[in-house]
Amino acid sequence: MINFDFVDRRETIATAAFVCWHCDEPTCAQVCPADAIKKYEDGIVGSSLKPRCIACSNCVLACPFGIPKLVAPAEQMMKCDMCYDRTSVGKRPMCATVCPSQALAYVTPEAIAQTRREKPVNTFQFGSQTITTKVFMMAPAGVESISIDVADYTWEGENEAVPQAF
Amino acid sequence: MKLFRRPSNAPLWQDEFPFYTADERYVSRRQFTKFLTLTSLAMFAGNLWILGRSWLRREPSYPRRAVARLDEVPDGGVKIFSYPTEGDPCILVRTAADSYVAYSQKCTHLSCAVYYDRQLNQLACPCHQGFFAVADGAVLQGPPRRPLPRVVLEREGDELVAVRMEEGA
Repeated sequence: MINFDFVDRRETIATAAFVCWHCDEPTCAQVCPADAIKKYEDGIVGSSLKPRCIACSNCVLACPFGIPKLVAPAEQMMKCDMCYDRTSVGKRPMCATVCPSQALAYVTPEAIAQTRREKPVNTFQFGSQTITTKVFMMAPAGVESISIDVADYTWEGENEAVPQAF
Repeated sequence: MKLFRRPSNAPLWQDEFPFYTADERYVSRRQFTKFLTLTSLAMFAGNLWILGRSWLRREPSYPRRAVARLDEVPDGGVKIFSYPTEGDPCILVRTAADSYVAYSQKCTHLSCAVYYDRQLNQLACPCHQGFFAVADGAVLQGPPRRPLPRVVLEREGDELVAVRMEEGA
């Protein structure tokens, strides 16, 4: 499953990566009424388990990063699972292999900290909810945690038909 | 169940539906030991209860009840009656001029009503082809394992009186 989408296709060719952050305490798994989302031993939060998922969209609404997507034809939630078929056998996830500018990199935070001015951060603040993740985001050097007010990113413009990328 | 929970401050639902795959079927040594101990205790108590019940069980008492007059049933004929309660159908068979036998009519397999097969001179259960001997109620053929309980009869004048039930031969 490709976890990229165009931001505003009419205006720009910019895309956004819906890469899962693999939270230490995944909200999606905590709200799942069917016990279908699991965190594996290596810290990867997988897509919903097909036999369990009831396609209720709880995780879609609960995830503060907006990562899970309900795939209606499969009647199942699917999301980035860090290309588990690849990373579980030692390969890099597909997005990191094709990214030409290393905006998405599959390296340890210590390794990337030595090559960049920015600092890898894995603490996010959503209002009063603090989330620590397995995936790091590069933040300006002095920043300890990334504070996000969801209201800042809420779409308040005209409700126009946006063509789907796929 | 709280007794089998591993010590934790998390709410019960979080323990029972953990998001870590590794926690899904995780049972701690202490939980397992508790389970074994309590199950063994329950088994022990259950055995004591069975033992106590078998000690306390008394012989059931049966009423005397006239079931038929001697001339009421023809030779080779049958009469259905209830003994010892109204809910226990029994079958009386006159096997010879002055020979009467009676058995519970419930097949010992699945409690279908047995009938007297005059040609074979056997008690037959139509449900699963079980056959019992008329002479003593023993199983001749079919799925039943236990013989038919026998009704002990006594003759009082010209009447047959049921005295008690007897587990079959």
